[in-house]
Amino acid sequence: METENQKPLLETSDAAGKPVVKFFGVGNAGLALLGMLATPEFAEAEFAAINTDAASLAASSATVKIHLENKLFRGLGSGGDPERGKAMAEEQFSTLKSACAGANVVFILAGLGGGAGSGVSPVLARAAHEAGALVLAFVALPFDCEGNRRETQAQTALEQLKSAADGVICLPSQKVFKLIDENTSLVETFNFTGGFLLEGVRGVWHLLTRPGLIQVHFADLCALLRDRHAENVFAFVEATGAGRAREVVEKILAHPLFDEGRALAESDAVLVSLMAGKDLTMAEVNRVMESVKRQCSNAQIIMGAAVDAELKNKLSVTVIAAKQGSPVAAPPARNDGTLRSVTPGIPPHREIVIARPPRARRTGSKAVQTQLPLTIISKGRFDKSEPTLHHGEDLDVPTFIRRGVPLN
Amino acid sequence: MFDESNIIVGLEIGTSKICVVVGEQGADGALNIVGLGQSRSRGVRKGEIVNPEQVEEDLRAAIFEAEQMADVEIRSVYLGVSGGHVRGFNNRGTHIVVSAEREISPDDVDDVIKNAKAINLPAENTVIHAVRQHFFVDGQDGVTNPVGMLGARLEVEMHVIHGHANRLQNAIRLVRGTQLEVDEIVFNGIATSLALLTNDQKELGAIVIDIGGGTTEFVVYSDGAIRHTGVLAVGGDHVSNDLAYGLKVPLSRAEKLKLEHGSALVTEAAKGQNISITNDLGLELKRINVEHLQRIMSLRIEEIFRLIAADLERAGLTEYLRAGVFLCGGGSRVPGIVQLAENVFQMNVTPGHAGGISGLTTALDQPEFCAAIGLVKYGSLKNRKRGGRNSIVSGIKGVFGKMLNRP
Repeated sequence: METENQKPLLETSDAAGKPVVKFFGVGNAGLALLGMLATPEFAEAEFAAINTDAASLAASSATVKIHLENKLFRGLGSGGDPERGKAMAEEQFSTLKSACAGANVVFILAGLGGGAGSGVSPVLARAAHEAGALVLAFVALPFDCEGNRRETQAQTALEQLKSAADGVICLPSQKVFKLIDENTSLVETFNFTGGFLLEGVRGVWHLLTRPGLIQVHFADLCALLRDRHAENVFAFVEATGAGRAREVVEKILAHPLFDEGRALAESDAVLVSLMAGKDLTMAEVNRVMESVKRQCSNAQIIMGAAVDAELKNKLSVTVIAAKQGSPVAAPPARNDGTLRSVTPGIPPHREIVIARPPRARRTGSKAVQTQLPLTIISKGRFDKSEPTLHHGEDLDVPTFIRRGVPLN
Repeated sequence: MFDESNIIVGLEIGTSKICVVVGEQGADGALNIVGLGQSRSRGVRKGEIVNPEQVEEDLRAAIFEAEQMADVEIRSVYLGVSGGHVRGFNNRGTHIVVSAEREISPDDVDDVIKNAKAINLPAENTVIHAVRQHFFVDGQDGVTNPVGMLGARLEVEMHVIHGHANRLQNAIRLVRGTQLEVDEIVFNGIATSLALLTNDQKELGAIVIDIGGGTTEFVVYSDGAIRHTGVLAVGGDHVSNDLAYGLKVPLSRAEKLKLEHGSALVTEAAKGQNISITNDLGLELKRINVEHLQRIMSLRIEEIFRLIAADLERAGLTEYLRAGVFLCGGGSRVPGIVQLAENVFQMNVTPGHAGGISGLTTALDQPEFCAAIGLVKYGSLKNRKRGGRNSIVSGIKGVFGKMLNRP
């Protein structure tokens, strides 16, 4: 195990006050995503590719390439076994850590389910964390048709990633399946899936790099994602012209990942970030926020707005909606700032932001008194019989109630 | 001349039904099922008797039916037992061979088995089965019969199944109350595995899961011996109860819905599909979402499998089950259950059928009767072991049989 504080603490980020961002593509899927990301828009970011398979690594255009290998495997890669991927990553933990050094924010792009993506990503997240960066992972889950072994591996990896990274945004590929028609080729489908994921990356990237009028902190984002990774959906939509606010709202509601706005209604935390040219009006902000709020009245809404002269008359909106996966209450979002501040090398980017206008009042941010689960659940015909206890769980109570599966 | 000992009867007092299977053993030891009787069980919850009077009534009906069908008079039965109180564990006994030439004698074997049986059980519990797995001679593994071998130290690995004595006695007393003798009591899981598994499968390693009305029993075989047993007091009743609760319908209706629309996996066809429940007059009472129905079922059945899988993992047996999973009991009739089990266990899953026995196909094809058929098979194996000795002589009964005969 590496000890902490081996690396000198990060003094500051670069001169402009912008966070230093590094993108890591892990595994074959991650490399492909990284390749799709290599546009001028992301010129400021550093790209690094990590894989266990030398051939695909050679084809990558990333500036930094880390080849995880082991003599025993003779360069054959991890063979779809996350344990191998993990072992190789652990072996080169210090390399990974030094690759992350100097970054304030590390994005991990990967496809879970295989060997490298599932095995390496959690280790990389830990390495990046120890190097003092905030870690946000964008991952794609396998299609159902890839078999349940990959599904299980992906779920396990997701769990590990959740505990290692500050935030995980996952895209269940199966959801995309509904959107493609029969004639879509395999390559197109993967590009399509990747495109969705990249939309999210782009949205978050904008969120972090463009100066905001109403700033969304990284901490806000992490708080939103924490404990809610199971089911989050995101959309990045753009519109131009006079009716752009209305158009944006329509596009969000019609967004395939949002299930015709149903996902929004079910979510319990929503992040909305608006970005437009200098002509962004309050009425437009209001219109977008009102419609989002109407869709999800119970959710905690985090809002951000930024002006970017380059966008001219374009309005772009990023929406990330998160649904709580388990019935356990999420820790209060407010705690987040204090939690993060104990980590060495916390990026100072949020202190350096330009003059902040008074924060818009957020809905749902007030502390809610939690309740002990004292409601008595009837056990029906087993009411009077001896309870079937198994590791402290009463198995007579219907499973769907104990698991908190909603039926509506 | 056939005497009564050729008739072997298996009796299972289950949570949803009481089942009697009559078998006839020919002179060559081959078994033939000649009769079957069953009745709805009303006085049993989670595999344990809660209303003896009602059980007795149902039992008489089932016995009567079986007697009619087989045209015999049933005098004694092999009684299957189950319930959440039944547990199994492995125990090892040691014995030092003292004879001068260090040859292991049958007496040494008896001694080491006796040592292995001397276990620390709670006072109210009693041993149902003690099955020997294999012997170790001076640490040498895998010895099946050590008599005649040379060695200084003889050890035996035993699997011991025990249960709450009073609860076991309740069932025995009840059966005796109907003027039937109890030959022996047998753990239902063992009976089921006898009916289902061939010797090859036992050798390869297999788990038999019997999903009954109130309990789910499982028995793990590997290298031809029982390695692990367990009972979960969760079964089909729980599924119905979950449905009644979740869909807000009476239990009887839930039972019916389970049989008509149930599935162990949420099917594509069920998504968004509604069915309406009507009363006697054909008026609509309620609409039920089939997807919810299947989700509730799926979660419960998956949980049962997950609990068993976790138990296997803890016992370190997952890697030894090369023949895979065998399902039986009424619960195994749920559509899609094989797929679900494959997902959970990640191994081959086979819906079980009683094999190696001839007779009534109606009885042999039903997964519900596996346990009772297994009881008959257990009885036939016991008879064969006695090897032609007159079985009416009651001195040769098993350990538990002796206990039963105590006043």
